[in-house]
Amino acid sequence: MSRIISQFVSGSEAARANRVAHLEALERVRAAAQAAARGGSEKARERHLKRGKMLPRDRVANLLDPGSPFLEIGATAAHDMYDGAAPGAGIICGIGRVHGLEVMVVCNDATVKGGTYFPMTVKKHLRAQKIAAENNLPCVYLVDSGGANLPNQDEVFPDREHFGRIFYNQARMSARAIPQIGVVMGSCTAGGAYVPAMSDVSIIVKEQGTIFLAGPPLVKAALGEIVSAEELGGGDVHTRLSGVADYLAEDDAHALALAREAVANLNREKPRTVCLRSPEEPLYDPEDLLGIVPPDNRTPYDVREVLARLLDGSRFDEFKPRFGETLVTGFAHIKGIPVGLVGNNGVIFSDSAAKGAHFIQLCSQRRIPLVFLQNITGFMVGKKSENEGIARHGAKMVTAVASTNVPKVTVVIGASNGAGNYGMAGRAYDPRFMWSWPNASVAVMGGEQAAGVLATVRREAIERAGGSWSAEEEAEFKRPTLDMFARQSNPLYGSARLWDDGIIDPRKTREVLALSLSATLNAAIEETRFGVFRM
Amino acid sequence: MYKKEGDVFFAKILKFRPRQGVPVFDRVLIANRGEIACRIIRTARRMGLETVAVFSDADRDTLHVEMADHAVHIGGAAAADSYLRGEAIIQAARQSSAGAIHPGYGFLSENPDFVTAVEAAGLVFVGPSADSIRALGLKDAAKTLMDAAGVPVVPGYHQAAQDEDLLAAEAAGIGYPVLIKAVAGGGGKGMRRVEGPADFSRNLAHARAEAQAAFGNDAVLIEKYIETPRHIEVQVFGDGTDAVHLFERDCSLQRRHQKVIEEAPAPGMSDEMRAAMGAAAVQAARAVRYSGAGTVEFIVDARDGLRPDRFWFMEMNTRLQVEHPVTELITGVDLVEWQLRVAAGERLPKSQDELTITGHAVEARIYAEDPANAFLPATGVLERLEFPDDLRVDSGVREGDAISPYYDPMIAKLISHGETREIALARLRRGLAHSTLAGTVTNLDFLAALCAHPEVCAGTPDTGLIARDLAPLTAEVAPDDVVLGLAAIVAAGLGAGVPADEGAAWQAGFNLWQVTGQDIALQYGETRLSACLRVLAADRVDVGIGARQICFCYRGQSWWADGQKTGARVLLLANEVVIHRGRAYRFQRIDPLQRGQAVAGSGNVLNSPMPGMLKAVLVEPGTRILQGDRLAVLEAMKMEHVLSAPRDGVIAEILTPAGTQVDSGAPLIRFEDEENA
Repeated sequence: MSRIISQFVSGSEAARANRVAHLEALERVRAAAQAAARGGSEKARERHLKRGKMLPRDRVANLLDPGSPFLEIGATAAHDMYDGAAPGAGIICGIGRVHGLEVMVVCNDATVKGGTYFPMTVKKHLRAQKIAAENNLPCVYLVDSGGANLPNQDEVFPDREHFGRIFYNQARMSARAIPQIGVVMGSCTAGGAYVPAMSDVSIIVKEQGTIFLAGPPLVKAALGEIVSAEELGGGDVHTRLSGVADYLAEDDAHALALAREAVANLNREKPRTVCLRSPEEPLYDPEDLLGIVPPDNRTPYDVREVLARLLDGSRFDEFKPRFGETLVTGFAHIKGIPVGLVGNNGVIFSDSAAKGAHFIQLCSQRRIPLVFLQNITGFMVGKKSENEGIARHGAKMVTAVASTNVPKVTVVIGASNGAGNYGMAGRAYDPRFMWSWPNASVAVMGGEQAAGVLATVRREAIERAGGSWSAEEEAEFKRPTLDMFARQSNPLYGSARLWDDGIIDPRKTREVLALSLSATLNAAIEETRFGVFRM
Repeated sequence: MYKKEGDVFFAKILKFRPRQGVPVFDRVLIANRGEIACRIIRTARRMGLETVAVFSDADRDTLHVEMADHAVHIGGAAAADSYLRGEAIIQAARQSSAGAIHPGYGFLSENPDFVTAVEAAGLVFVGPSADSIRALGLKDAAKTLMDAAGVPVVPGYHQAAQDEDLLAAEAAGIGYPVLIKAVAGGGGKGMRRVEGPADFSRNLAHARAEAQAAFGNDAVLIEKYIETPRHIEVQVFGDGTDAVHLFERDCSLQRRHQKVIEEAPAPGMSDEMRAAMGAAAVQAARAVRYSGAGTVEFIVDARDGLRPDRFWFMEMNTRLQVEHPVTELITGVDLVEWQLRVAAGERLPKSQDELTITGHAVEARIYAEDPANAFLPATGVLERLEFPDDLRVDSGVREGDAISPYYDPMIAKLISHGETREIALARLRRGLAHSTLAGTVTNLDFLAALCAHPEVCAGTPDTGLIARDLAPLTAEVAPDDVVLGLAAIVAAGLGAGVPADEGAAWQAGFNLWQVTGQDIALQYGETRLSACLRVLAADRVDVGIGARQICFCYRGQSWWADGQKTGARVLLLANEVVIHRGRAYRFQRIDPLQRGQAVAGSGNVLNSPMPGMLKAVLVEPGTRILQGDRLAVLEAMKMEHVLSAPRDGVIAEILTPAGTQVDSGAPLIRFEDEENA
């Protein structure tokens, strides 16, 4: 396979400037991620520790194998939302290894509002379950939650993708033999009681975990019965009398050891779905990525420079290199896993879209996972394009992306606008994982274009009415739109709302892709049936 | 270098001519096991001889069987059923057409009846004649013989007459200081040390009064009091006509009469004293027309250093000694080769003045035993066994072999040689520190501590040293933070810098934004220790111990801590982590699943603390017992251990009958609380 020869010069002024900008953006994300990782207030953490509990991140770490990778999902979820009341959305989700098996861990953070579910908490929990369901990953729930966050009940309780879906997912996954393991390490009140109850196996920590549909205050109010939490639904009660939990743990460490043992006894093995090769490092240093990618997504660059730093041996078997050149497609390996790559080198034209559809079909036929590197402002517009049927060609690519059953992993490495987002496996197209770089910008269109469209409409209305609109007035008119787009297309904004699974350091892209792909390989790759292609 | 010169006695045997060296046998059976069998096989093979091993049920797969050209099974695991069965061994020799039997040491090596039987069977016994063994085998008879031959024996008075003047005269004859002891004595009662004649009468009265009170018998005996006793022995070699000595060995470092570290030559030995001791030893050998290798053991009074008039004969061992390698290293003589050649009818291969001392040699005996626990013998499987390759190692086991409870639990002898004593000792110290042993508890660290003991370093060992300084020599050393950090890394399975699945090495510790810390709990002796592991990569781990953070990094096949090479060797066994860094630190991995688990049974069972033979059970079902009562006697390592009741109760059941060979941990006796009975 031919190797990509990089043209990048790391010492150039542009490279240095790019790097500085990326490092600044990275620092903002890092600060947000670290704040989220701290969880609740210092006081809340101290209170938590004083009860003899492990902090949630320690629980996760001690559940996993020593040195296990942890591919965290939604690390900065709820960032800048709810007045900062829910760092990380009060829940830690991610994929790690337990006894060598990749498992999805869902861990409440009781230091954040008692681990209650904000709307984003629900969304993150459901996202983790969706990843587990799609990729056939056993789930371990480390439960320590007061249930729904009451002030937000309307956005948490009733809808299809709200609280109830958690248990629905547990039942559906269990039915598909995707193990559900619940560890009760604190409260599991009301709806929360169903997490352990719906688990295949549940473990409860002595004198610390409680499971009940209604806590002592509600019981007192409803029945006048005065009962302690432990008597009502403590570990002893549930493992001895009620049978709601199966194992009684002495403390957090013991509970996590029991959960590890439960995973060890799952009798599961990863299926062999693809032909793996021995991994090979790229010829070029991933560190260069910060210098290669311009922080302003409007500045063009060759996506092959990125590929040269992601792919095994920087080897890339480029497919149709001379046709539809704004879409780069080809075969490669990442840490030994075969992948089909789709990347952007500019807007998608009719030929690029047709090429994309062709390539996706190829990968589907061969059951090769797809990786999309999104840096796309959209499909080409204008008379020429429309007349040759860009919508028809675009539809082909979107059909292919939507229909394929091979795992898709998307990384937004720049712009993500319009139908380009769809054709390049945006969130709506169910990529198994979707990651963003700190320079990513996701919006229906660029802020300039949006403001320009609105201003054009406005100017036409004013001028139709015989009025006049000065350039200053127009600029004043555009500013709120520009500001809004700038704010909303910041990746932290999108990641807070789980438009993606997290923002990643570009230098770790190769590893993130490999771990994502590795997780997807836990599920068999189904045969694809494509929808009707508009030829 | 020492050269024997000007000694009249030796002049007589200088000019011998070797007889025609025609071997009368070309196949030798080694009636032994373990390291000595292996060591004999090596030399025999080098001399072109075929070798025959014998083995018991317990030794089917041992190294000596593997090394020998032929092997014959001779019986059950217990020595009495195999290695002590002379007739079976002679039968094995016949069966395998061996022409000679080498007895090694121990077992039948000093049994004159066996020698007679071997010779009667028309086989060559590689060792002295039955007569020599008989003459020297009984201590008292040997002493009398030596006295008659002019060899100094420990002076003493052991007669029945108890007249005070007589006793005083005897004391003067023995030479002060002397020890007055109760004939019926024990435990120090009735024992008085007397410095000079002026104090004799007063002390005798005291001793008599005490003996009378304690034993109802005031008879006493008198012995020479040796203030700073050293055990120095002389290696002799005879061919039935002539004899030479191969200088001395110092074996003063002993624990309960078991030699621990031996060296040659003896530190502080003067030419004059060496000549005197050598002459006495050769005299002893000649007195019995000794043939083969033998050792004349002397007790030496070293209170003013070594003096030619302060050594006395103790006994003669008519075989190869465990510690013979130190002699070999300083003389360049292969003693087993000499044994086989002389047994084949050759004259002594070298004359006295062809024998010289080159440098200094020290030997340490590595045992499977627990110094911190009264040196209880241990068993186990040697999961790792590595010795530095620049020292002589005499061993009878391989990695993966088990230390059997049936025989001496010696694992190996480590023998160093150097230009000077300092170098030899330093090399031994280094060799001990760089030996890797796992799977059983060993005395390695005790040996290393002993090699570093100031009196040992100064060359003034005495037989009381180990007992005197036992506590510091066997003290547990707490692991430092670097050792603990490494143990945590190893416990996490990252000890070799990569996880078990090498292809996944890059994944180690991967995180998007946050490195997480894993707590590793370890047990070190009675102490529970913990460390927080932050895995940055397979070869980079930050370890938090208390408030301290240490950055570990694996490169060039070894771990570095904060930029310093640790030089540690690490091991991960089933449930144990061993870190070798100067000494061995053994950590138990704590399995959190073990907690909260129901204890099977009542816990009211007395288990055997060590492997051994259950000699006697002193209680029977229904016996009421109080804490500390004697319940059973276990014999291990030639010593009897009394097993006593851990608490009050009633005996419910005897789980193992007396006379059974038991492993460590075997359930012996079940008892229950009185109210349940």
